[in-house]
Amino acid sequence: MGELKLMKGNEAMAEAAIRAGADAYFGYPITPQSEVIEYLMSEKPYERTGMVVLQAESEVAAINMVYGAAGAGKKVMTSSSSPGVSLKQEGLSYIAGAELPCVYANVVRGGPGLGTIQPSQADYFQSVKGGGHGDYKQIVLAPASVQEMADFVKIGFELAFKYRIAVLILSDGVIGQMMEKVELFDQIPRLTDAEIKEKYPWATTGKAKGTERRIITSLDLDSLKMEKHNHHLQAKYKTISENEVRFELFDCEDAEYVYVAYGSSARIAQKSVQLARKKGIKVGLLRLISLFPFPTKQIQVLCDQGVKGFLAVEMSAGQMVEDVQLAVNGRAKVAHYGRFGGIVHSPEEVENALEKIMIGG
Amino acid sequence: MTEEIIIAGFGGQGVLSMGKILAYSGIMHDQEVSWMPSYGPEMRGGTANVTVILSDERISSPILTIVDTAIILNQQSMDKFEKSVRPGGILLYDPNGITHHPTRTDINIYQIEGAQVAAEMGNTKIFNMVILGAYMKLKPIVQLEYVIKGLKKSLPERYHKLIPLNEDAINMGMKHIKPFHLVS
Amino acid sequence: MADITLNDIIKPENLVYEKTRLMTDKELSYCPGCGHGTAHRITMEVIEELGMEEITIGVAPVGCSVLAYEFMNIDMTQAAHGRAPAVATGIKRVWPEKIVFTYQGDGDLAAIGTAETIHACNRGEKIVIIFINNGIYGMTGGQMAPTTLPGMKSSTSPFGRDVETMGNPLKITELVAQLPGTYFVTRQAVHTPAAVRKAKKAIRKAFENQRDKKPGVSFVEIVSNCNSGWKMTPNDSNTWMVENMFPYYPMGDIKVDGVMVK
Repeated sequence: MGELKLMKGNEAMAEAAIRAGADAYFGYPITPQSEVIEYLMSEKPYERTGMVVLQAESEVAAINMVYGAAGAGKKVMTSSSSPGVSLKQEGLSYIAGAELPCVYANVVRGGPGLGTIQPSQADYFQSVKGGGHGDYKQIVLAPASVQEMADFVKIGFELAFKYRIAVLILSDGVIGQMMEKVELFDQIPRLTDAEIKEKYPWATTGKAKGTERRIITSLDLDSLKMEKHNHHLQAKYKTISENEVRFELFDCEDAEYVYVAYGSSARIAQKSVQLARKKGIKVGLLRLISLFPFPTKQIQVLCDQGVKGFLAVEMSAGQMVEDVQLAVNGRAKVAHYGRFGGIVHSPEEVENALEKIMIGG
Repeated sequence: MTEEIIIAGFGGQGVLSMGKILAYSGIMHDQEVSWMPSYGPEMRGGTANVTVILSDERISSPILTIVDTAIILNQQSMDKFEKSVRPGGILLYDPNGITHHPTRTDINIYQIEGAQVAAEMGNTKIFNMVILGAYMKLKPIVQLEYVIKGLKKSLPERYHKLIPLNEDAINMGMKHIKPFHLVS
Repeated sequence: MADITLNDIIKPENLVYEKTRLMTDKELSYCPGCGHGTAHRITMEVIEELGMEEITIGVAPVGCSVLAYEFMNIDMTQAAHGRAPAVATGIKRVWPEKIVFTYQGDGDLAAIGTAETIHACNRGEKIVIIFINNGIYGMTGGQMAPTTLPGMKSSTSPFGRDVETMGNPLKITELVAQLPGTYFVTRQAVHTPAAVRKAKKAIRKAFENQRDKKPGVSFVEIVSNCNSGWKMTPNDSNTWMVENMFPYYPMGDIKVDGVMVK
């Protein structure tokens, strides 16, 4: 068993970055995730593992530092919160185009604009539908506990390098700020320079004599080549859709109704399941762990099983609910419930919504 | 067995650290724990609250509107959280500075003169430990042994010499708690 | 009589000049008369002469030199507009033993990338920045740049740059020289053989500074022409540059070995 600690989600994520053998973290402070860079700065990972931590002059610079270092084959990470993640979209689009591996986190706060510093899940569309310009996807993992804030960094790096893709840990102020017991995985050694050169021949590490030079770019002025590159990207996203779906089911065996939720809303909905079950309502919970890829097939399985309705619970005006609708494709009732703009719904509110919107409505 | 607690008061009263000590003692006791600080708009208004859950099972929502126990340390928090205690639950409060005392009759209400006891002990910083002691008297689920272990784990080494003082404060809290209204 | 091949003529004893093998055979995309090609060549010659090709990573910008990676035969990363100094920072921080440089134009470095430029210089990143200043946005078709001279015409200042409404040309090189994080700051040109020799010497010094782990950025501005954007012949554009650009952007070293020289 690994080391047990009581940690905030943000701190657990920072500690996990060190333990995952990350080579660098480039970041910029923004509430409610500043603990990530604060923790890293005070932990002196450069002494523990040789990991670089640098506070950039902007979110834009931070993601471009990630771009440079990832293109050079290193394991790099950044994190931010909603307004900062909007600024990073340029770099993320380039990272998608150049197919670079990296992990980044969005500890979502309420928007639009400067919005509020309180928790929100209103960045779902930005996270799963692209975010920046161009046809691209990124793997999106939604932690619902401090434990997962740590574990998803490790899994995130594995997926990022497996597919040469950005992996987004989509958290929110609840998961980032709360403390829970966390079992930390053991230190994974950073790759040596020689290992990087061997494992990632595409990386810009300096052109050895008599070898082809490596170019990291998202540009091709030849549109036919660019179309081909886009086909390649789409094929990759398809492979990911087929192989990397992650979810968890609670009390769905006999469920007539199912909450669909992720992150802190899934925790809240889990309590709502208990409240509703006490009243004799047969409800379950489908907790999404990967948001892209989306568990479309699992939702169809639940439809086959005879689920009458799905209530998408998210702290937004209704974003994930659209993907639930697409997956259900008219075979059951689909509705949305959620407080937003920085307000967190309570288990009671979510339970009431089930009765009013789903069963009564 | 699950215990859901909200602790609410002014910033600076040690509300968050008291919650942290409870959470640590839970970990020492091999329980699942969650500690969720105030997230609402009141965060910057000088008040602070934290929801702590200790459980033998996996914890679902870390955010609650109804709790087993509310520990209330100022009037604003009383106004806000008196209604959050489940029927039959516990409200523990420090009457110092409270003008509108709780009026519910379906819950057990206790007082602890935490500020006064801490002042008499000559150290206002141990206020939150006096409160914690009073709570522990009510809820033996949180045992002194684990609290001390939790303190050791959460405090930097240089403060470990203060642990006996904290233990004294806990004992004083246990001693000075008094019932205000009990469900018959 | 046997056919005489090129190799019969090109003998080592006859060889007076050879293209550096660190330039690819790809046709340059620059307009005839433009200074970029020369700036590319001397940069690559320096890297070859210093034996750095195996450890050098270049960062290409957005602008006319966006395709620099097609011409420079070393490992290259293409950066988003203005972000090259941040990209170079990322590379250099995780590979401190490598030689990292950016190659940027004026719109990239002194407008959209001003923050990245200033902060990389201010942090004293141990990188080389090569800055081509031709006072115009070339690739996008001759729009006004931060370095466009007062009164100078461009497609977005068709009646000449009006400093009242369009601001003044930015002397970013003088600006970064003020920062403690720059170690070597110089302004050069590549319009005559003598100027090319001096510019190459400056670029060599910049790369040597990085090799020798000198503290801070080595920043080489090359004032260059844009005959297409300025709508002149190459010769006229060079004359115009000497008469108009040089007085505003005077040639020479500004900071050497961390000390201001003027």
